[in-house]
Amino acid sequence: MSDALQTSGSLRRRLTLQLVGSAAFLAMLLFFVVLAFARDVAQQTHDSILLASATSIMDSVSVQADEVTVDIPYAALSMLGNVSDDRVFYRIAMRGQVLTGYQDLPSTSQSVRSGHSAFDTLVYKGDSIRMVTSSRRLSLNGAPADIIISVAQTREGQATQLAQLARSALQLGLGFFLVATVLAFWTAQSSIRPLKQLTEAMSRRGPKDLRPVRRPVPSEMVPLVQSLNQFIARLRVSLSRSEDFIAEAAHRVRTPLATVRAQAEITLLRVDKPENRASLREMIRAIDESSRAAGQLLDHAMVTFRTDSLEREAIDLGDLTRELVDRLHPIAELKDIALTFDGSPLPEISGDQILIQNAVRNILDNAIKYSPYESAIQVSTRQVSHTVLIQVEDEAGGFADMDTDALTQRFIRGKNAAGTIGSGLGLTIAREVVEAHGGALIIETSGSGAGACVSLSFPLA
Amino acid sequence: MRIPFISLSLIAALVALAVPTWAFEVEEHRRFGAEDARTLRILSTTDTELLAPMIDSFLELHPGVAIDYTSATSAEVMKAIMAEEHQFDLALSSAMDLQIKLANDGYTRTHHSDAVDLIPLWASWRNHVFAFSQEPASIVISPAAFAGLEIPRSRQQLISLLRKHPDRFRGRIGTYDVATSGLGYLFATQDARTSESYWRLMEIMGGLKIKLYCCSGDMIESVARGDIAVAYNVLGSYARARKDLATRIEIIEPEDYTNMMLRTAVILQTAEHPKLAGAFIDHLLRAAWDSPELPEYPFHRYPIAELAQNAPFRPIHLGPGLLVFLDHLKRKRFLAEWHSTVQQN
Repeated sequence: MSDALQTSGSLRRRLTLQLVGSAAFLAMLLFFVVLAFARDVAQQTHDSILLASATSIMDSVSVQADEVTVDIPYAALSMLGNVSDDRVFYRIAMRGQVLTGYQDLPSTSQSVRSGHSAFDTLVYKGDSIRMVTSSRRLSLNGAPADIIISVAQTREGQATQLAQLARSALQLGLGFFLVATVLAFWTAQSSIRPLKQLTEAMSRRGPKDLRPVRRPVPSEMVPLVQSLNQFIARLRVSLSRSEDFIAEAAHRVRTPLATVRAQAEITLLRVDKPENRASLREMIRAIDESSRAAGQLLDHAMVTFRTDSLEREAIDLGDLTRELVDRLHPIAELKDIALTFDGSPLPEISGDQILIQNAVRNILDNAIKYSPYESAIQVSTRQVSHTVLIQVEDEAGGFADMDTDALTQRFIRGKNAAGTIGSGLGLTIAREVVEAHGGALIIETSGSGAGACVSLSFPLA
Repeated sequence: MRIPFISLSLIAALVALAVPTWAFEVEEHRRFGAEDARTLRILSTTDTELLAPMIDSFLELHPGVAIDYTSATSAEVMKAIMAEEHQFDLALSSAMDLQIKLANDGYTRTHHSDAVDLIPLWASWRNHVFAFSQEPASIVISPAAFAGLEIPRSRQQLISLLRKHPDRFRGRIGTYDVATSGLGYLFATQDARTSESYWRLMEIMGGLKIKLYCCSGDMIESVARGDIAVAYNVLGSYARARKDLATRIEIIEPEDYTNMMLRTAVILQTAEHPKLAGAFIDHLLRAAWDSPELPEYPFHRYPIAELAQNAPFRPIHLGPGLLVFLDHLKRKRFLAEWHSTVQQN
């Protein structure tokens, strides 16, 4: 989150580009294959009609009275006119002599055996023509004579047809490409989706949520998620071990500290020398500080433990706060602090009573501790739209310009905290509790400007 | 003596000036419009008189244009163009086969316009050859000669009539001499292609000593005079045009089938004013196919829808098939067969 990771390109973009690239390649291939195929078919069709024409002319060739006659059927040329409006040429030759037709029609370069045909694409009268040449051997006056019939047609109609085919092939290719591109985007999007969903699920998690990932993932992601889960498990073990250690340590320290403090009090009663009494008092003060710190560490461990699994019940925050205020009244009075409570009836919220008590007590403790003699602390509870607010306003001088985030970090204390017993965990505990209930802790300068105003806001269920 | 001689030589000089010396035989040469105007040169097989109203209406629409109109036989038209004398913009001809040959052999230009889109598909070829009339191959008879007989409506009826009354019709039947007339040859070949009854008819007519004519006009006049009773394969449009003979002739469009000759126009490759030639073609095409019908259009209009429904009317198809009959071996064979059928003695 803080350090920008180096990226090595985008999976989705790479996938999309590769898919679109292959689509473009395939579309081009499709275009050329279809075009070549269509051209082949068109040419074959044209050739077969030319051949039919030449064949029907060939069938009309006969030998009558030792003379070759040709009676070109009307259909021989009109069938070519039915295909396209192209110009038609023909020639009938025998033994190198043109019997009829276009004298200057070019000859095929291929050798055509009797009973066979050959096709050529040539140029005649400035136009490209397709020509078929058929040959048949006749017997004339007892000698063989090869009749060669050529039928040719210009290729304008074919060219028009091919242009249309090319347009269709192009449209086909383009259509294929467009569909494939849309599919490519969709494919890339959907194959990246599980990764995105996992990422979202992970970033939605609260800071203390160390549960392993249980949602089903695609098989390719299983190793990654397994590693992640193992990592989370290790982290949780390590975290809970250190929390346990702190709680254990605090607990172990607190009991002997109480004994030491009792002994110091007793000793104080026995000692008369002022310097000894002073150093004993200093000792008691230090012991107090240590034991308070140990207490708060324990509280914190407890809060950490309980927030992992909140035990929710219906709580009236007004009653809870009034009770605490009543309980702390005597301590406030020691410093002549006017601790007042002002609360209107509130709807109940659902939460962990012990945790919330702990949080409010920490705030009140702080207020009393840092407030000067003969000052006032006002505690109030009220409902503001969909939240219930507990506000503690003191005249302890406030937190100057430090913000809530900084103040609620562990072991950070306000600038005016010097000379007062404290651990710097109070606000942290309060914040953790409030946030575990989905609320917020807000620290502001009080309305009078003489102190701070700490608000715990809990959302209504 | 002197004066007639001078006037004769003057006339001869004028004729020589007016008609350039061409390698082909000119029937008539006339100029429409101003001398110094842009001149569209038309070579045509159509009588000048017939097309003059169309030419006049064209010149009204196109001021500053003149038309130089030369008429000749279809064979001479072909000869003039093949010789490439570079003198004509437009060729109008009734010889469909020769017009197709011109287009096929590359003597013509393509033409596109709105008017071209008006005409049916079969009335043009390659956007080079455009039909601007449909003229039936009709049978013209003399009603007087048929007195007391039922008028035949089809070839079959004509055949049985001729069989029943050979003496009445002997020597009184006429048709084109297909060896000399291009149109006669076109009609005969189309007939032979369409129906076997043509040969039967020719055989009977040949037996009755058929007379052969060079042109439709002669046949029509011959029928009107009463020289012959039946003229077969006469150009119906010419017969219709002879309103002066209307009472003495009857025109029959045979119900079994009637071949329709399409008079066609082509723009020549050597045209000096191809655009103007195109405009003239459009003018003809609108008159022939578009509505309203123009009074100056000289030919009878057969509605396209009627052509589709009434099977007897068969427009001869413009296309390479017509080239077949121009093949000299084919022609030789056909003429030999025709002569052996018609000239039986």
